[in-house]
Amino acid sequence: MTTLNLPELGLVVLVGVSGSGKSTFAREHFKATEVVSSDFCRGLVADDENDQDATPDAFDVLHYIAGTRLRRGLLTVVDATNVQQSAREELVRLARSHDVLVDAIVLDVPESLAVERNRGRADRDFGDHVVKRQARDLRRSLGRLRKEGFRRVHVLRGVDEIAAATVVREPSWNDRRTLTGPFDLIGDVHGCASELRTLLTELGWELEHDGAQVVGARHPEGRQAVFVGDLVDRGPDTPGVLRLVMGMVEAGTALCVAGNHEAKLVRALKGANVKVAHGLAESLAQLEAEPEDFRARALAFMDGLISHYVLDDGRLVVAHAGLKEAYHGRSSGRVRAFALYGDTTGETDELGLPVRYPWADEYRGRAMVVYGHTPVPRAEWVNNTICLDTGVVFGGELTALRYPEREVVAVEAEQQWYEPVRPLAPASPDADREPSVLRLDDVTGTRWIDSPHAGKVKIPEENAAAALEVMSRFAVDPRWLVYLPPTMSPAATSRREGCLEHPEQAFDEYAGWGVERVVCEEKHMGSRAIAVVARDAAVAERRFGVADGTTGTVYTRTGRPFFAGDRAGALVDRLREAVAPLFASLDTDWLALDCELLPWSAKAGALIRDQYASVGAAAGAALPAAEAALARAADRGLDVAALAARTATRTRNAAAFRAAYASYCRPSEGLDGVTVAPFQVLAAEGRALAVTEPHSWHLAELGRLDHPLITPTRHRYVDLGSPADRAAATQWWEELTASGGEGMVVKPADAIDAVDARGRRVQPGLKVRGREYLRIVYGPDYTEALDVLRDRSLGKKRQLALREHGLGLDALTGFVAGAPLWQVHAAVFAVLALESEPVDPRL
Amino acid sequence: MLLTISTTHRPATDLGFLLHKHPDRVQEFSQSFGTATVFYPEASDERCTAALLLEVDPVRLARRSGKGKHGKGTPDFSLGQYVNDRSYAASSLFGVALADVFSTARSGRCVARPELADTAIPLELAIPALPCRGGVPIARRLFEPLGWTVAAEPVPLDAGFPEWGDSRYLDLTLTGTVRLADALSQLHVLLPVLDESKHYWQGPDEVDKLLRSGAGWLAEHPDRELVVRRYLGRRGRLVGVALERLAEVDDVLEPAGAETEPADVEEVRVPLNTRRHEAVLALLAEIRPRSVIDLGCGPGRLVERLLATEGIARVAGCDVSARSLQGAARRLHVDRMTERQQERLTLFQSALTYDDPRLAGYDVAVLMEVIEHVDPPRLDALERVVLGSARPGVLVVTTPNREYNVRYEGLRGMRHPDHRFEWDRAELRAWAERVGAAYGYTVELRGVGDDDPEVGTPTQMAILTRTSTDGASR
Repeated sequence: MTTLNLPELGLVVLVGVSGSGKSTFAREHFKATEVVSSDFCRGLVADDENDQDATPDAFDVLHYIAGTRLRRGLLTVVDATNVQQSAREELVRLARSHDVLVDAIVLDVPESLAVERNRGRADRDFGDHVVKRQARDLRRSLGRLRKEGFRRVHVLRGVDEIAAATVVREPSWNDRRTLTGPFDLIGDVHGCASELRTLLTELGWELEHDGAQVVGARHPEGRQAVFVGDLVDRGPDTPGVLRLVMGMVEAGTALCVAGNHEAKLVRALKGANVKVAHGLAESLAQLEAEPEDFRARALAFMDGLISHYVLDDGRLVVAHAGLKEAYHGRSSGRVRAFALYGDTTGETDELGLPVRYPWADEYRGRAMVVYGHTPVPRAEWVNNTICLDTGVVFGGELTALRYPEREVVAVEAEQQWYEPVRPLAPASPDADREPSVLRLDDVTGTRWIDSPHAGKVKIPEENAAAALEVMSRFAVDPRWLVYLPPTMSPAATSRREGCLEHPEQAFDEYAGWGVERVVCEEKHMGSRAIAVVARDAAVAERRFGVADGTTGTVYTRTGRPFFAGDRAGALVDRLREAVAPLFASLDTDWLALDCELLPWSAKAGALIRDQYASVGAAAGAALPAAEAALARAADRGLDVAALAARTATRTRNAAAFRAAYASYCRPSEGLDGVTVAPFQVLAAEGRALAVTEPHSWHLAELGRLDHPLITPTRHRYVDLGSPADRAAATQWWEELTASGGEGMVVKPADAIDAVDARGRRVQPGLKVRGREYLRIVYGPDYTEALDVLRDRSLGKKRQLALREHGLGLDALTGFVAGAPLWQVHAAVFAVLALESEPVDPRL
Repeated sequence: MLLTISTTHRPATDLGFLLHKHPDRVQEFSQSFGTATVFYPEASDERCTAALLLEVDPVRLARRSGKGKHGKGTPDFSLGQYVNDRSYAASSLFGVALADVFSTARSGRCVARPELADTAIPLELAIPALPCRGGVPIARRLFEPLGWTVAAEPVPLDAGFPEWGDSRYLDLTLTGTVRLADALSQLHVLLPVLDESKHYWQGPDEVDKLLRSGAGWLAEHPDRELVVRRYLGRRGRLVGVALERLAEVDDVLEPAGAETEPADVEEVRVPLNTRRHEAVLALLAEIRPRSVIDLGCGPGRLVERLLATEGIARVAGCDVSARSLQGAARRLHVDRMTERQQERLTLFQSALTYDDPRLAGYDVAVLMEVIEHVDPPRLDALERVVLGSARPGVLVVTTPNREYNVRYEGLRGMRHPDHRFEWDRAELRAWAERVGAAYGYTVELRGVGDDDPEVGTPTQMAILTRTSTDGASR
């Protein structure tokens, strides 16, 4: 029985004459979707699987399908005769262009059998001569197939061998997704054996000795080391480093990828004529002093190094010079070249060093990429990639990254071992910073977001287009924009006399969802405000990358700054002073707060005057005149009683409307009269508090603030099983709204990310607005039309509320975890895009 | 919602004949948007007053129009639909009710008093809440030439907040000796003219309607152009629904993309806009580029001129507003272009604070009246995108010269509500030289428009020319 070892990701080319049994073979060993046949493609473009005129177009389609599958990382089998070299050549090129391996399987059956089979098939109307010609082509090909670029050529001779063959899919050498760590990733060592031993010890490794030599290491917690390559050259003890690392790799406590220095040393040791430079001489001399068997072992070790590894279920990729996402897990010459030398352009700079393209700036992949190769002053994150080469051999540091902890550990060089070609640049404030410029294709077009907190979310293109306009024309610097607040649904519509919304619905809904205790928070009638405040300009620069001296910002629910120029800075300064206790208690140097900025008129002044006051003014002018005219008509004995009564009601309603908006207007000049009511601590250094802490915690923390700028958020807890609690809270709501309050927001008090009995996320909050406040929303006379207004649908609003809430949490957790700016921004942008969805704005 | 018509013609109760409404009855007339009632608060031989009271139910109105226009259950997005002045003000809606209820009177037919219908009689029309953009002066301009004495008092916005000033409503009383049919026709036309927000879509028959109602008085009116323009007025403001919604959730008034300019400055700026185009085209004639991109092309006026310029093989326009781009595509008739024409033109949405490879590869990029719409803290992002990534051979920047603002009478603050800054000549020079040095461009400055010896030209232009072909120097 023949076993065919095929690449798990790659192209498989079937080779055989018509009638050799390719399609049958393919059906037996592969999924139907994995097989692309030329007959099928001919049928697609010509409605006739035998139309030879359609062959060029059919192969265009075949190559397109196969290419798309390979790009997406799927094994693909091409079912065509492929007896001609030109046909095979195109497929080999296709595989190479997607950096995958390509195998051929030859089905070699007696010509007579193939002729026989074709005669028996009604859909094959070509003559025997066709098969004979194909057989001739195949015979000519067999000898040279192996030189055509296939990794392996599997030849199955005769019907029995074909029938007995089995297929085994083998993962590629770089595929170590099953290794899940934890890992200690170690930067370029360059022969600095002593520093390596110090670093390993610092990381908790126990070194293993053989006499005076250190020959291995083991971590008591079972951690695994991963070396990013360039173990050799330049430094004082390349053999010592090799001995230790080889011991670790052989014992399975370490992995190592190839560096460009290993590659060159291998060539030198094999006797190739290489230019001895960049510290190669040191390695050669040091190895010369070692015994022959050590040299042979070192050569075999270095020669066998793989150029990159994919680890931890695809979440971590290690390559010496980094690797762009399209190359992860792929195998080709150019993948290896990228991994060893980086994204070189072929040019050299004034020092004769190769010019490299900054691929990491554009990296958008999901996997973390860890690499070395280019000495940097400090290991810094760029778009979820990190370079660990901190130039130990040049007198810098030897750096390790703990994974998944993302913790950087470094030890200093004992001395400068080698003169750098290029002086190690001092850490420039500009170089490592996240760029404030994001890419348009990070946010535009129809996007599917796989949100940890909201599931799969689709952002339609037109919503993204609308959000782009608002974001780019009005929003604050994206580096400050770590969160946008979600929309919130009202409680289910109340049927109670005179009411559209009432607390009992909110309580019933949460109780129905299995929530035991809720908190009722006073809903401040102001403008939603997100405050991001850094302790000082240095923190703003370090944590947010904003270096223009600003130390924070306060922005609206669509990301607009609340105030311009000096006032913005003054508000941030006052807020920093007001929330100083939180900086201390949370041990942080920055904070993001969810707040309401009061009064409403501070920001919405123009809207209030133009929209609301205007209506009040018209009512105030017209209704008394109408009442007077009706009174005179009544005096004349005309029957206008019903009309007069309706008009009197409207007059009362208009007065109530005017009182409702006026109670949210306070004269505020600049910042005088402005207060802030924080109700949630969104995040602080290292902690996405909106995700980790319940509302009871937030209100307790914020309750400790005592400052004229801060308006406290009154609240009370309700045990939903207690009728007394519910009644008291309802009473509280009635008092609150009777005295001009907007209403309240009901949220689960203790549960974070609460789910109902069926495992669905429950609404993060429900608002219950007051009867008078709703006049501003639904118009002065809405109380006369409750029958119509009760017919309102909350479904879409609630769906949006959940999604926007989840996306906001994604942004916060991402920012706190040090995710690249584009990822945080994409989530924030998605919230804004969803906000442009058409839903009833009165909800 | 209320109009009273009084006369002191004797017998005053003849008003009932003219209006075809009996003074001793209360009559209701159902309208599609509410109920109109006619009643007489007074009716004697000396003085008779008819009142037209219109009750509008905005909630039901909004529900119905919402379901009709935007599909089932999706109300219109403007907050104004539920909270609006239609229940109180003598708006265009009121004008429609007036025309309907008094249609016979307006036609001038009166079987009982035919000669009276043809006679000018002493009339007093009172409207306690008249929406009137432009205030008392406009009301005088429109009504006085028609023979009315105008008494108008602006209604304060809110007595509790005197600092807010006046509302857009007038308490208006017109007195004069006018034929009743004319008076009604005049109100029918002028209510929507003053209100400036017609409540229904204007159809092709609007012109006919206007001419019929204006028969006998409109042609001689000195402000007839204003009347016609406002009456047929401002349709075509197809405001992107999504954008409006965004503006609304943020409690801001204007739709985010509104591109209106204050009327008083507009007239000065229209020729200036043309002169900016001329200045840019003259510069292009010197440079003779093969490709030009207009960054922030708006409705495509410059793109149109570029397409007509010989020698420019590739023309691109980008804008952040999808709506503007739709307008540009319409203006340029993209759907009717030949393939060859289409190949020369690219229109796409982009934002100059986001990196976009499509912006690169042009000989000349034009930033005409764009940078002043960018918040100063975001300018560095625009600089990086335009000069660092797109790297045109030449970048042409135009922006207002703040020094010139003193020449605009009545201009307070900046020239456009969305301007985030306006620079004087020294500020533009400083900016251009700084970014030029940072990105490897030389700087030349020019003026656009009449050169005032003291304050310079109204528009200023900076021309940045790339000195090296390498990547950004930073």
